[in-house]
Amino acid sequence: MTGTKADIIAQLRKDILPLQGFKTTLNRTLLDVVPATIQNAFPHAEFPLGAVHEFMVAGAEEAAATGGFVAGILASFMRNGGATMWISSCRTIFPPALTSFGIAPDKIIFIDLTNEKEILWTMEEALKCNGLAAVVGEVSELGFTASRRLQLAVEESRVTGFILRRNPRSVNTTACVTRWKITSLRSELPGDMPGVGFPRWNVELLKVRNGKPGKWEIEFVAGRFRHISTIAIIPQEQKKKAG
Amino acid sequence: MPKRFISIWFRHIKTDWYSRRQPGLCNLPFILASPDHGRMLVTAANAEAQTQGAGTGMAVADARAIIPALQVIDDKPGLSTKLLKGIAEWCIRYTPVVAIDLPDGLMLEVTGCTHLWGSEKQYLAAIIKRLQHFGYDVRAAMADTIGTAWAIARFGKDTMIIESTQQNTALLPLPPAALRLEQGTIERLEKLGLRQVSNFIGLPRAALRRRFGTHLLQRLGQALGYEEEAIQPVQPMETYQERLPCLEPIITATGIEIALEQLLDVLCQRLQQEQKGLRAASFKGYRIDGKIEKIEIGTHRPSNNSRHLFKLFAIKIDSIEPAWGIELFTLEAVTVEDIVPLQEKLWDTDGGLDDIGLSELLDRIAGKIGPGKIHRYVPDEHYWPEHSFKAATSVNEKLPTAWKVDRPRPVQLLSRAIAIEVTAPIPDYPPMLFRYKGKVHKIIKADGPERIEQEWWLQQGQHRDYYCVEDEEGQRYWLFRSGHYDVDKTYQWFIHGFFA
Repeated sequence: MTGTKADIIAQLRKDILPLQGFKTTLNRTLLDVVPATIQNAFPHAEFPLGAVHEFMVAGAEEAAATGGFVAGILASFMRNGGATMWISSCRTIFPPALTSFGIAPDKIIFIDLTNEKEILWTMEEALKCNGLAAVVGEVSELGFTASRRLQLAVEESRVTGFILRRNPRSVNTTACVTRWKITSLRSELPGDMPGVGFPRWNVELLKVRNGKPGKWEIEFVAGRFRHISTIAIIPQEQKKKAG
Repeated sequence: MPKRFISIWFRHIKTDWYSRRQPGLCNLPFILASPDHGRMLVTAANAEAQTQGAGTGMAVADARAIIPALQVIDDKPGLSTKLLKGIAEWCIRYTPVVAIDLPDGLMLEVTGCTHLWGSEKQYLAAIIKRLQHFGYDVRAAMADTIGTAWAIARFGKDTMIIESTQQNTALLPLPPAALRLEQGTIERLEKLGLRQVSNFIGLPRAALRRRFGTHLLQRLGQALGYEEEAIQPVQPMETYQERLPCLEPIITATGIEIALEQLLDVLCQRLQQEQKGLRAASFKGYRIDGKIEKIEIGTHRPSNNSRHLFKLFAIKIDSIEPAWGIELFTLEAVTVEDIVPLQEKLWDTDGGLDDIGLSELLDRIAGKIGPGKIHRYVPDEHYWPEHSFKAATSVNEKLPTAWKVDRPRPVQLLSRAIAIEVTAPIPDYPPMLFRYKGKVHKIIKADGPERIEQEWWLQQGQHRDYYCVEDEEGQRYWLFRSGHYDVDKTYQWFIHGFFA
């Protein structure tokens, strides 16, 4: 009896996921977008494609760390020649540096706008175009309505969107599937060798719809993410209950 | 009403053209020659050369023997066709139906056109005068049938305008060659002593058919007007323009949209049939008060997708001010290019930058936010970081060189390096700490220096010694010192970028 009940609940959960915008990818399998430990945090244990990911960015150093992490993810999207659109109003990304993350910078189309409203309009139009592999947008404010519009656009086209929120005034609720925060970590070289090592980040998955948030230490080595250690975090709700 | 035709015969079309281009050749004997079976044959000779004895089909060596001062010019294949086509298009000013009559003539159907010049005589004289003015030696004749006009233009003696239904009498004194017969038939007629059309025109048709075949009878019938003959008119270059007059003046945006949609559908259908696409288009509304409202669009690659083009125009429809109403809409494709038909994809791949959806998206963005906002970068052969990439001119521009990957470069690069205060051991060690935006960063690890010299042929100044440093929080920076360390001189440290 209990077994069947658990089965029913599992089945219902599976049915709910597509309704919430998580569709299993049928034709395009991108298995190793992020390391397996992070993948397990997502529903179906696969990186959500055809969804909008939100990155909280504070300061130029975090912008660099986030830029590197996003570039690492984009590389697996653009592996078979896909093009990406990068929409921004304050672009400081240095195109030649993206080669070190396995991206051909000439496959990225940069759109430089001045107005946040224009960025969101362009981003929505871009997310509707399934000729693109991914779309990156740099905005500071993203209202719930705007994020819903983006989410509806990607559900139709299955394009993946990344929103880098630079110095947001308020951390509001959005319809994005995940919310991340990437900060730099001190790099280490084997055997205490001198010099700066591979880029290493503290990857925080603050929010993920129907998944488990987490915190990991990730290094980018030879074109791949490498998981170093997991930092256990207790979700906020559980903390409240315990207290 | 009987039809009227004019046949124009260019006696020396190719040589006349050369004389036009090089006026010095005018009074000299010259010929055009092309190689044939290992020798040079005369393909055209000008009037001067012909009077001195050189003719078409002669070997150039023979012609040279007759006329020692002969000039020989290489013939271009297809020249006369090209020239005739150009003249035919020019002749459309006289009549809409102009056909090329190879190898050396034009055929004009002038039914109902002559009265505009006063009379047939004045009309024909006007054409001949203009062509002679250009330097072409022409003969032209007018008749009811193509065959008779052709015959009179080439063999006619006195009158060049054959009155209506008089072709029978006009043909009688002409030689059989005037009937456009095959060479063999002409020779056979000659052998039998039939040297004029009048000699055999009265013979029984059955006898003529038996001896000379149906071709003679057909040509005879065509010249006399018993048999129909069609000509293939030259098509003038049509502009890609569509018009939509309105019964009632249009004042609403919806009305304008409907008009635009209809025009786009017609234009795109035509473009699709001709496998072309437009790169630039303008949509005009002619207002009642005489003003013209105009919106224009451009695309990144030729398109004949009416839905996409409509979206591009739709962004700009707001700027049309109908005032009292628009009574006529026109849509013109200003720039039209060939579309390479796309091959269906066998498997699902990312289209990359060649994707049609992507180029349509870029058109929409460019239409909405204006030009100069879309960038794509390709590598440039410079070590100086700010110069190591350049904006591509188009979405499809190929990479001039490969991207450099040998040196670490920061993900974020400041557009201008910012001066910082630094504590650094001398002379060439990385800094120990630096102050940036009021915060002191203690440096734990560092790589460098990487010296990048100024490109003296482009700009003057100090070289840069770059260091990649990491502070105690793990944040990575790209710092540089401008110039050498020197006790006497001041030198400055800068922050230029942030590593991931």
